[in-house]
Amino acid sequence: MIEVRLFATLRNNRGKIIYLEPEKYTDGMQVLEHFQIPREDVAIFLVNGSHSDPSGPIKDGDILAIFPPVGGG
Amino acid sequence: MEKPEIYTRQAAGSRSHETTESAYYTRNIGAVTEDEFHTLQNSRVFIAGCGGLGGHLTAHLVRIGIGHITAIDGDILEPTNMNRQLLCTTETLGQPKAEAARDYAFRINPVIDFTGIHAYLDECNCDSLISGHDVIIDALDNISSRRILASACDRIGIPLVYGAICRWVAQISLLPPGTAARRIEQIYPHSAAITDTSSLSFTPAFCASVQSAEAVKVLLGKPSELDGKLLYADLLHNEWEMLPLL
Repeated sequence: MIEVRLFATLRNNRGKIIYLEPEKYTDGMQVLEHFQIPREDVAIFLVNGSHSDPSGPIKDGDILAIFPPVGGG
Repeated sequence: MEKPEIYTRQAAGSRSHETTESAYYTRNIGAVTEDEFHTLQNSRVFIAGCGGLGGHLTAHLVRIGIGHITAIDGDILEPTNMNRQLLCTTETLGQPKAEAARDYAFRINPVIDFTGIHAYLDECNCDSLISGHDVIIDALDNISSRRILASACDRIGIPLVYGAICRWVAQISLLPPGTAARRIEQIYPHSAAITDTSSLSFTPAFCASVQSAEAVKVLLGKPSELDGKLLYADLLHNEWEMLPLL
């Protein structure tokens, strides 16, 4: 399984931790599409704790952590 | 180019309060040593932005007794600032934020030097404005200005204490010279856009508190776990994550 952890507003109506079937998802963009998360709503995209581009590959057993932009002051 | 309005308050003109002033800082000692406090009194801090974060940063640093503070902001105080910005009161509406910061600082502590600059940071003025300070604190509200500030900190060689807020979330990191621009790019890839500007009063207060602690640690030469890590604090879900930054 692919574990997806969503943070802050990204979890609204989607959930906090979601498990996805690895056969259906080969890169992070497909995961964003699954959750209908626009690319501009993603700031930090971690795969197994390392910064990654959502267009990069993912595989069974990966843990994704997705954070929205935080930019106010 | 139009010259920005500069609001200054020099400590030298305020020595008539000296007896009372000697008591101002007695409760600092213990949290810091006498020698460390003298270091803080001789330190120079630059606050980039006098909004939600900048107001609380001003309050913290002035009460601590940081000797020389510069704060910059080109905005004026508006009713929409009232819910979260410490400098915004019914009396300060319509006032330049930098001037309100100077006035607020002086009401708390007349024995420090405080300079408020009514201007926006840009690529032309950033290097000269931040030069001569010991630490820079990011209290900005947009990504492009953060990129300008981070690059300038790298060029001039000054540590940057980054902070940002959104809704119930605050994130903070210490960006030493040479790392700031690179790490800001990690935090804000070019594909990301800031569309949500809401927050509640406690979020900037929390963020500014952590930033102030980081700034004091920089000034005192104390190590920080936030060098190379981003503290992501979600006050709604009570989640505290330490994310890596390369």
